[in-house]
Amino acid sequence: MTAATLPPDAVPDVQTLEQTAHASLFRRLLKNPTGVASLAFLVILVVLGIFATVLAPHDPNVANATNILQKPSGTYLLGTDGSGHDVLSRLLVAIQPTLEAAALAVGVAAVLGITAGLISGYYGKWFEAASSWTASLLMALPGIVVLLAARAVIGPSMLWTMVVFGIILSPAFYRVVHTEVSGVKHELYVDAARVSGLSDARIISRHILTVVRAPAIILAAGVAGIAIAIEAGLDFLGLGDLSRPTWGGMLNDAFSHIFTAPLGLLWPSLAIALTCISLTLLANALRDELERSGTPGRRRRRAAGPVSIRREPVVTHDDPAAAAAGEELLHVTDLAVGYDQPDGSVKTVVHDVSLSIHRGEVHGLIGESGSGKTQTAFAIMGLLPSGGRVAGGSIIFEGTDLAALSGRQMTGLRGAKIAYIPQEPMSNLDPTFTIGSQITEPMRVILKIGRAEARERALKLLARVGIPDPERTFNAYPHQVSGGMAQRVLIAGAVSCNPDLLIADEPTTALDVTVQAEVLDLLRDLEAEYHMAVLLVTHNFGVVADLCDTVSVMQNGRIVETGPARSIFADPRHPYTRSLFAAILEDSEPRGPLTPRELQP
Amino acid sequence: MLRFVLRRLAAGVVLVAVISTVAFFLLYLSGGNIARRILGQQATAATVQQKTHELGLDHPVLTQFGSWVSHAVHGDLGSSWFTGQTVTQAITSRLSVTLSLVIGATLVTAVVSVILGVLAATRRGWVDRMVQFISVLGFAVPGFLVALGLVTLFAIDLHWFKPTGFTAISASPSLWLSSITLPVIALALGGIAGVTGQIRGSVMDALRRDYVRTLRSRGLSETRVVYKHGLRNAAGPALSVLAVQFVGLLGGAVIVETIFAIPGIGQIAVGATQQGDIPLVMGLVLATAIIVVIVNLIVDLLQGWLNPKVRIRS
Repeated sequence: MTAATLPPDAVPDVQTLEQTAHASLFRRLLKNPTGVASLAFLVILVVLGIFATVLAPHDPNVANATNILQKPSGTYLLGTDGSGHDVLSRLLVAIQPTLEAAALAVGVAAVLGITAGLISGYYGKWFEAASSWTASLLMALPGIVVLLAARAVIGPSMLWTMVVFGIILSPAFYRVVHTEVSGVKHELYVDAARVSGLSDARIISRHILTVVRAPAIILAAGVAGIAIAIEAGLDFLGLGDLSRPTWGGMLNDAFSHIFTAPLGLLWPSLAIALTCISLTLLANALRDELERSGTPGRRRRRAAGPVSIRREPVVTHDDPAAAAAGEELLHVTDLAVGYDQPDGSVKTVVHDVSLSIHRGEVHGLIGESGSGKTQTAFAIMGLLPSGGRVAGGSIIFEGTDLAALSGRQMTGLRGAKIAYIPQEPMSNLDPTFTIGSQITEPMRVILKIGRAEARERALKLLARVGIPDPERTFNAYPHQVSGGMAQRVLIAGAVSCNPDLLIADEPTTALDVTVQAEVLDLLRDLEAEYHMAVLLVTHNFGVVADLCDTVSVMQNGRIVETGPARSIFADPRHPYTRSLFAAILEDSEPRGPLTPRELQP
Repeated sequence: MLRFVLRRLAAGVVLVAVISTVAFFLLYLSGGNIARRILGQQATAATVQQKTHELGLDHPVLTQFGSWVSHAVHGDLGSSWFTGQTVTQAITSRLSVTLSLVIGATLVTAVVSVILGVLAATRRGWVDRMVQFISVLGFAVPGFLVALGLVTLFAIDLHWFKPTGFTAISASPSLWLSSITLPVIALALGGIAGVTGQIRGSVMDALRRDYVRTLRSRGLSETRVVYKHGLRNAAGPALSVLAVQFVGLLGGAVIVETIFAIPGIGQIAVGATQQGDIPLVMGLVLATAIIVVIVNLIVDLLQGWLNPKVRIRS
């Protein structure tokens, strides 16, 4: 009942990404070295199995009592076993029943599991509940214990044992198919087929089976390996059919002569191990190729690169107050941030960024999502995501170039000198530790103070940032507090070790409007209290107007305009800055909490 | 918390009850002429009939089941048809041996997997590829082949360990250790393959989280971030996989015990299976089900301890 055998239909086939992927999966597999090697081994094995009786140099069942435990020789290429059988012949003859038994187990598991998975995934309801429960029941006991119990009843028949094993393994297929079908059931093309009047059976066979085909094939290869292993295990225990040669049975025989002829173990072991490894590697190769073919459509979008922006002079407003400002803390010159690409090139997302921040100054870095402002902030802290690095320029902080420091040296500066307030309060607290332990841990490491003192300071800090019941929040887990409280906690954590430079990445974006104002007030107060320099990353001119002394406007990874906030607000010169202002004037609440988060490469 | 435990416990009792019921009917209904098998072909029809009556097999199957259940809840699982030993005694006397093997292998699996998984997740590059290669190999090669290889190499060629036999820990701790080393390694390898991959994946996932960047921004060392925060957050999924491995190890122990001639429940399992000793097989199924339920309960409790969200919700 495959899609291929069905007559052409009135409804045109919707070519999904998945379907095209399946069509070429086999071809792709042939380009995968592991896939080819394991497939080749299995094909050879099958051919050997088919022609075993012809190829076998001796009668596998003739025991020659004068020739027991012979070493490999011209007559007996792999030697003889404890009863004088030719090992090579027995190995060859055992291939066919071994593969048949594995195929039987896989077949039973696949038919049962896929059918149940399709029905419960497509129709759901009570059948879903019942089959899920049965599946977990079947998986509750170790397979071999169930097989032993079954063997006690059905006797030494490997075929029946494999039927039972197929039943035990069926939940594996059930789970995969069920997940796939539940996912695809409400896809538009399935809905379209339903609306156009196709019967359920037709929809399942045409549109849904195609989706589960690839995962089912991958699973089948893996399950076949397990079946061969367990089959050999049972034969090895002497629980299989003793009348015919099997790999497990040969292992058993060799094991009983392990002291006199340990080499005998090698051949059946190799046969079993190589077969199992090939099947597993084949499954892995199939999965790799399937995943690879599925990716091109959803390649991650990166912060907008240098697309068509040529370097242009930065619009700079003179700062009449600059002479009066405090000591210069941070001086960034021509900073470039790049990401290593799989093909060896480097994709630059921040170009030639220069800025300077003095103690007591709030410097706003403003721009739309993907303009590179967050990347600039991460670069200063040395916390670029993996693959990212400073590709040029210098970051002079209190006389040291941060870009040249080692990871360990950078760790020493973070928290103590440079602190960070993230954007999303909830995702920036470790869910498994209490808020108190997350605030005190850095204090104890950096300030080298004891548990009790850290606790006392943390409680004071929590009170300082406006948390009504510091004691309770201290003992709470992150999921037990609100977003606004969590952001206050993060602010408290950031200033806990008296930093000189505070980097705040959109500290109010994820908060309610009412809470935003309170948090901004708090930031302004703390800045004055600790006499810090603040780099405030934002896309919100309201926040800039509220808090910032200086502003740098970023677009496409470059700073396009910079100067005192007052003068930029009064006289925006760069077209991009003007367009940002225009956006605010036209729409008083342009980009509130709905703004997509900064894309982080 | 107590309600959570009670609910899981109730679910476990239901599971054990269902498994026992299904097992009972499958085993007893298709047993064939048991008395004949026990007595052999020479026995007269009369003795066979008498034996059948003795074993209670001439009653309707529902009556037999009722009688089994009423005895089972009092801890009486009947006696072996072939040796006459009580099932409870036969199993409990060997259970500690099997459990020491399986628990030992689980601990080894946990420790080695954490080390390898974290290494692969943080170092990447060739370390990662190596660990993944070993994982695939450990998964693909059946455990009993590993056991046979270990015996051949370390016991027979190198004489580092005794190839077979078991010494109780009460008799001699050092000999005990030496007698379970190879079996534990053989059992653990497959588990390590599975759990390492899971730890690698979930540590990598945890280290990509926002809060990890924030923790780093606080000046915490990489070791602290990875081993304290990363590992704690990765532990939940890894623990679930470890629990599945534990159940698998109970099965794997059957074959490994045979290879190393260790007197655990695996040995009686094979014997009882070959003879068709139904009461013993029934007892083994029940014992395994109970162990599985207990292990899952422990894992649920540990999950609650690891993840405060689970704790609160329950």
